[in-house]
Amino acid sequence: MRQRPLSPHIGVYKFAYTMATSIAHRATGIVLSVGLLALAGWLIAAASGPESYAIAVAILGGAFGQLLLAGWLVAFSYHLFNGLRHLNWDLGRGLEKPEARRSAAIVVVATVLLAAAFIYVAFFAGVPR
Amino acid sequence: MSLRSPLGKVLGRGSAKQGVSHWWAQRVTAIALIPLTLWFAFQLVHLPTANYDEVRAWVASGLNPVWLMLFIGAVAWHSALGVQVVIEDYIPKKGAKVTALLASTFLHVVVAVAGSYAVLRIAFTTFSAG
Repeated sequence: MRQRPLSPHIGVYKFAYTMATSIAHRATGIVLSVGLLALAGWLIAAASGPESYAIAVAILGGAFGQLLLAGWLVAFSYHLFNGLRHLNWDLGRGLEKPEARRSAAIVVVATVLLAAAFIYVAFFAGVPR
Repeated sequence: MSLRSPLGKVLGRGSAKQGVSHWWAQRVTAIALIPLTLWFAFQLVHLPTANYDEVRAWVASGLNPVWLMLFIGAVAWHSALGVQVVIEDYIPKKGAKVTALLASTFLHVVVAVAGSYAVLRIAFTTFSAG
């Protein structure tokens, strides 16, 4: 079979910050996929008995676990808003370059606000963990 | 007018596999996950504590097992579709690519089934006021 030309890879383009929002969507998606493992592990531990659950809480409640939780909250906030941006594109709207730049900025601002609200409620609002 | 057959025109032009169903399932699960993830986030925030009895009572309460299993299923499906694209794009060697795709698919199915079983087991062994 003849070698057909492939689309050029990202290395040939001048950097635009909308590219960063694209790769960040994938990165946060992978981070959230790891979060799915933690969610399943947490539920399986709760289904297995108090001893297993104590281990899960020790891991998730430790410094590293808390850092992961904060990371998942940030990743979820971003993936949610940028996902809405993608769904809007799927409707054929907002595809012009100035619109894409503007929606990228909106996504970043909305992410910071929602992630800050999540982190405040989860870590500072006096909800005992 | 071309004398090339329709088959001859498309051969070698790339994939004719499940592109459309993949794309569509990714959007369907994305839309389902908007309310489901927000429900899950608000539920977690409103848990007074995350201790063993409290969490089990919450999982078993009312229709929570249904929502939790829908949530786990939708997340696992959406995650499987997303991870698949990342593997296809970033692992160029065919053997490694197929191995990674198989491993990802198996892991996602295991997580969805094991997570749902955990929810059911808690629901059927916890007596809650809900």
